[in-house]
Amino acid sequence: MKKLLIALVALLPSLVFAAGTAVHLDKANYDLTDKASLQNGAKLFMNYCSACHSTAHQRYQRVATDLGIPDQLMKDNLIFTNSKIGELMTNSMDKKDAAKWFGNAPLDLTLEARLRGPDWIYTYLRSFYKDPARPFGVNNVVFKDVGMPHVLEELQGIPTAVFETTVDEKGVEHHQVVALESVESGEMSSDEYDRAVLDLVNFLVYSGEPNKLERQSLGFWVIGFLIILFVLSYLLKKEYWRDIH
Amino acid sequence: MLKKLAMGGIDWIDARIPMTDTWNKHLAQYPTPVNFNFWYFFGSLAMLVLVNQILTGIWLTMHYNPSAEGAFASIEYIMRDVPYGWLLRYMHSTGASAFFVVIYLHMFRGLIYGSYQKPRELIWIFGMLIFLVLMAEAFMGYLLPWGQMSFWGAQVIISLFGAIPVIGDDLTLWIRGDYVISGATLNRFFALHVVALPLALVALVFLHIVALHEVGSNNPDGVEIKQKKGSASEEAKGKFTFHKQYSGKKDIIDAIPFHPYFTVKDIMGVSAFLICFAAVIFFIPEGGGFFLEPPNFEAANGLKTPAHIAPVWYYTPYYAILRAIPDKLIGVVFFGGSIAILFLLPWLDRCKVKSIRYRSWIHKLNITQFIICFIVLGVLGALAATPLYTLIAQIASVGYFGFFIALFLYSKNEKTKPLPTRLTH
Repeated sequence: MKKLLIALVALLPSLVFAAGTAVHLDKANYDLTDKASLQNGAKLFMNYCSACHSTAHQRYQRVATDLGIPDQLMKDNLIFTNSKIGELMTNSMDKKDAAKWFGNAPLDLTLEARLRGPDWIYTYLRSFYKDPARPFGVNNVVFKDVGMPHVLEELQGIPTAVFETTVDEKGVEHHQVVALESVESGEMSSDEYDRAVLDLVNFLVYSGEPNKLERQSLGFWVIGFLIILFVLSYLLKKEYWRDIH
Repeated sequence: MLKKLAMGGIDWIDARIPMTDTWNKHLAQYPTPVNFNFWYFFGSLAMLVLVNQILTGIWLTMHYNPSAEGAFASIEYIMRDVPYGWLLRYMHSTGASAFFVVIYLHMFRGLIYGSYQKPRELIWIFGMLIFLVLMAEAFMGYLLPWGQMSFWGAQVIISLFGAIPVIGDDLTLWIRGDYVISGATLNRFFALHVVALPLALVALVFLHIVALHEVGSNNPDGVEIKQKKGSASEEAKGKFTFHKQYSGKKDIIDAIPFHPYFTVKDIMGVSAFLICFAAVIFFIPEGGGFFLEPPNFEAANGLKTPAHIAPVWYYTPYYAILRAIPDKLIGVVFFGGSIAILFLLPWLDRCKVKSIRYRSWIHKLNITQFIICFIVLGVLGALAATPLYTLIAQIASVGYFGFFIALFLYSKNEKTKPLPTRLTH
């Protein structure tokens, strides 16, 4: 019981976090059939995310096959560790060190899109803003006081936040971000950046469930078969029950 | 020639085990009321889902790793690396919810047509035991993916046993095998989920059906199809031959053999059910977050509680009753009581008329309010508690238990309609 109490106290901050995610989320209009977008997403993920975040339930070769990337191209350009192409997409960051550097070890992102949803990731990656008070100089509207730096700064630059102070009926002041002003100091324009993030989200949605398209296309065949079965079984039943009525 | 050989084979077996006799007794010459309606599909569907769970479960077990270190990753291994593993997993996870859907509808059928009444009390008791074991089975199975909701859901429910005076803390320790949910808990739940409870389920289903076939099925009119020997006209008895076990002692009216009439009808029901089942598996396997909850896509972490812990939808009515009561121990008592009271239904209902068709308006009203309260509790149990929701849950809990109390009071001298002498269809 004591252990549990300690655990509960230790996680109070994360409870507060979770409660504070009532931020408006932008809709991510990803498209799993768009191979070019998925390939670009994979490229962005491997270049900007994979040093810290693994997708440890997924294999390199599976990604290469599903996304139409030749094995050799995958090996040469998208595998940065000593892994063989058939291996899981883990990374070499030591969890203990990482926890020291960032406060928490970076999460595995294989299932992130199923956990938080594509809209959350899409909005989150577009919601970093300059905050000198934080260790990495940035904060995030969707994930307040996040331990992660703005790794896509090179592409987006760091937007500045416009704050508004409101006073609620109890007289408590709330300091809230109402808008982010893009400075466009990165390599991409605002629209280009949004598209790049969407590609990244697309890749993470794919990672969350690589069989999704196969599942849906198989589903049409199965249900088509069952509808025929239903019609036949209805006719069979009718034929037999003619004796009764 | 071939036919002769086949008949010889059947005779050979029949001389050693009563194969043909059993087939006739329970299928080809089993008298079934002719007026079964939509509500009578769910018994056979429950059997279908049970078989689905057992078969997909066996194949999942071949790839699943029952350890705290490996469980979560092995599920994703099944989803990605095992050929059609994703299909097996979704059939199993959707099957769990489908099981409760068909069982709840099956129980509802029993409720409205009075199928629990004398002489079918034991069928109801076996059915309730199946329901109880099924709840334990689903609860333990839900821990196995070792996600956040698996872990914290189990934590919340097991800690309820801690509310029991004196033995509470020792009891929770005994169930978990550890001071917190851990690999020890996972391993014992795995053993119970794949061996002990399925065995119990299959045995209880067998007893449920043996008891059913002994007294015969009820029907939407709630009128018995077995009458005193020699009392029924030839027209009422119909053209079918029934097994002497049934027709030897009684006259059977308005009945038809289960096979082929209800086998073909049930095949139709199975096809319709499978269309819905496949629609979920292939297009919405998460069931909108109710069949697979989003927090369960993150591995169990004892140091990080999810913002909102909600049990899977099929437990939410009872969970809402638990939360509606401010005192933990009293809450647990009513939580257990909400299931236990269902066992007493055959004795709480003192009316001689079974079917809702011929019972009083007060009974119809009582069943309606019960169903509404049950659904309201189910919805509230899935939501985070607020003062308003708690108040509504308290009112609905009163309605839930009130159903049984009211039933006991009015059913003795209930004003019922006259029963028909023959089944209506």
